Amino acid sequence: MRSNENAKQPTVAERTTAPDPFSGIDLGELERSIYRPRTFLSVVLSLIVTAMTLTALVPLFAVLIMLIWRGGQKLSLALFTQLPPAPLEQGGGFGNAILGTLVMVAIATLITVPLGVLSGVFLAQAPAESRFASSVRFSAKVLTGFPSILAGVFAYGAIVLVTGGYSAIAGGIALSILMLPTIILTSESAIAMVPARMKEASIGLGATGTQTAWMVLLPTAMPGILTGVMLAIARAAGETAPLLFTALFSNYWLSSGGRLSLMQPTASLAVLIYNFSGMPFKNQVELAWAAALVLVVLVLITNLIGQSFSREQNLQ
Amino acid sequence: MASLPDTSRIQGPQEVKGWNADQIWQPPSKGQRWADFLFRRLCFAFAATTVVLILLLVVEIGAKAIPAFREHGLHFLYSQTWDPNRGVFGILPEIWGTLYTSLLALFLGTLFGVAAAIFLSEGYASEGVFKILKLFNVQFHPFWGKLPERLEVLLKNLIELLAAVPSVVYGLWGLFVVIPLIRPACNWLHHHFGWFPLFSTDLSGPGILPAVFVLSIMILPTITAISRNALISVPPKLRMAAYGLGATRWETILGVLVPTASRGIFGAIVLAFGRALGETMALAMLVGNANRLTVSLFSPANTLAALLANSFPEAGAKEIPVLMYAALVLLAITLVVNIFGALVLERATAEVEAK
Repeated sequence: MRSNENAKQPTVAERTTAPDPFSGIDLGELERSIYRPRTFLSVVLSLIVTAMTLTALVPLFAVLIMLIWRGGQKLSLALFTQLPPAPLEQGGGFGNAILGTLVMVAIATLITVPLGVLSGVFLAQAPAESRFASSVRFSAKVLTGFPSILAGVFAYGAIVLVTGGYSAIAGGIALSILMLPTIILTSESAIAMVPARMKEASIGLGATGTQTAWMVLLPTAMPGILTGVMLAIARAAGETAPLLFTALFSNYWLSSGGRLSLMQPTASLAVLIYNFSGMPFKNQVELAWAAALVLVVLVLITNLIGQSFSREQNLQ
Repeated sequence: MASLPDTSRIQGPQEVKGWNADQIWQPPSKGQRWADFLFRRLCFAFAATTVVLILLLVVEIGAKAIPAFREHGLHFLYSQTWDPNRGVFGILPEIWGTLYTSLLALFLGTLFGVAAAIFLSEGYASEGVFKILKLFNVQFHPFWGKLPERLEVLLKNLIELLAAVPSVVYGLWGLFVVIPLIRPACNWLHHHFGWFPLFSTDLSGPGILPAVFVLSIMILPTITAISRNALISVPPKLRMAAYGLGATRWETILGVLVPTASRGIFGAIVLAFGRALGETMALAMLVGNANRLTVSLFSPANTLAALLANSFPEAGAKEIPVLMYAALVLLAITLVVNIFGALVLERATAEVEAK
């Protein structure tokens, strides 16, 4: 080996007399220059992609600026406490719509969190080759793209026609169909990320699968699960289509005879925006913009809270 | 060869104060076994509800649509009139409108969405910021040095925020901002190029183009997020090999990275198509709700989802089965597209994991 290497080493004399291996090759050719068509094309495409990405962000800022500009003008405390105005009436607010949105999202959350998180536990624990688990996972993925209006149609047929009227319950159930897949898939991946040694240690100490799930898997995966729940809530809060003919709309507070009542038509911010945007009255259109501002702020805050949970987890 | 642990020093648990083997590990009691059994069944049942839910959705909507199906049959799918007073119903314009707006939005959304995915996966933003920092020689500064990475995360989050804005807010924005903004340009196009089928009518308010415009904004984050994941999971050695052979950055992107990630990108596009087909509010507010079969970009039209949103709240007893039939058609189209997209993505990730 070594002698071979020595033999290959040229002497100083040989080096100077050997023909230049680079003769006839223009070394400038190898250098990347912006004036060469190939490089030029590459730079131009890079610039185009940059411009397109920035263009894609323009609508986001345009929407936010318009919301602050047109919605901010109208913003006052009265908006949060008063009822929607009748046509041609001035002033008014959308306190009942904010309450309605919160109530219906709460109903949907109460339904979907147990269902979704325990399904996530099941999926994360199921063996990789389980047919049933993969079909559940697949159904959840298909449901994430499920049109929101069809959730409304379903709840109309299954709840409104059966109970005989539009209600907050029907609205909440329609929303829960849209929240469920997000919660299932995020809790599954959060639980699957718990280190296997923690689970094995728990089982090694004689814990049952249930005890392991409650005392090891769920507490450890909690930040990820909460992120999923908050994202699902943020999505549900902004949904309009499933509420159009399940909760309908109402100009009054969510009560009958002074008590909270869930079995009556219920206002929501999203439906208020939709209804008022189509009205020919200036006051209503302004209220729609203000409601849109409030709704977007609510949704964005929920989103940010959700993301902050998983950020804490990443830091750990 | 490691020697066996020295067992002579382990004297038994009683040496440690407060150590009680019976409390540290023990087999589950009978009650705990029962609780475990019940909890497992409960988890199984909850997981099963997702599958049952999809079946229930199909059965519920299908069953409610049967009367209308009996009455109108398949003729419903290719006739063009919608007249509740005469009891004549057809949804060909709506099916056409749904596909037409979705495909146009998909074209725009894919163009910009994949561009943004490439921009994010190539790390252009952090590269640019790094170069600027280098000018000031602070590229490794404890604060400034983190800036490139932070900007990258911020950009990714901003694109995802596009998806967080509720569709009804996009509808409101489209109605009061986009339509007035594009109207002069659209009417100029119609005036000068009216012979061209796409510009054959003028934009008098809501119409296909503003709807497509807003719809493409709404599906862009889906395409970007999934395509970016697909591009990032391309093994780095492929990129390095391409660079080593002397390819420029874009020769690498177009010749190596995008083809390798093509399945993932295709899955993203199919899923985004599913979203576009089912998107309701932005279209109900912007597309104009006109029962019209048209190719003109500026003409009002209608889609299945918008038809449901607008007609359902005021529908009479006779109209509801017909709307359920329309919902069934929408359900069939979106389920097929979504299942196809999910299958494509599943195979794409399996392929990447196998590599």
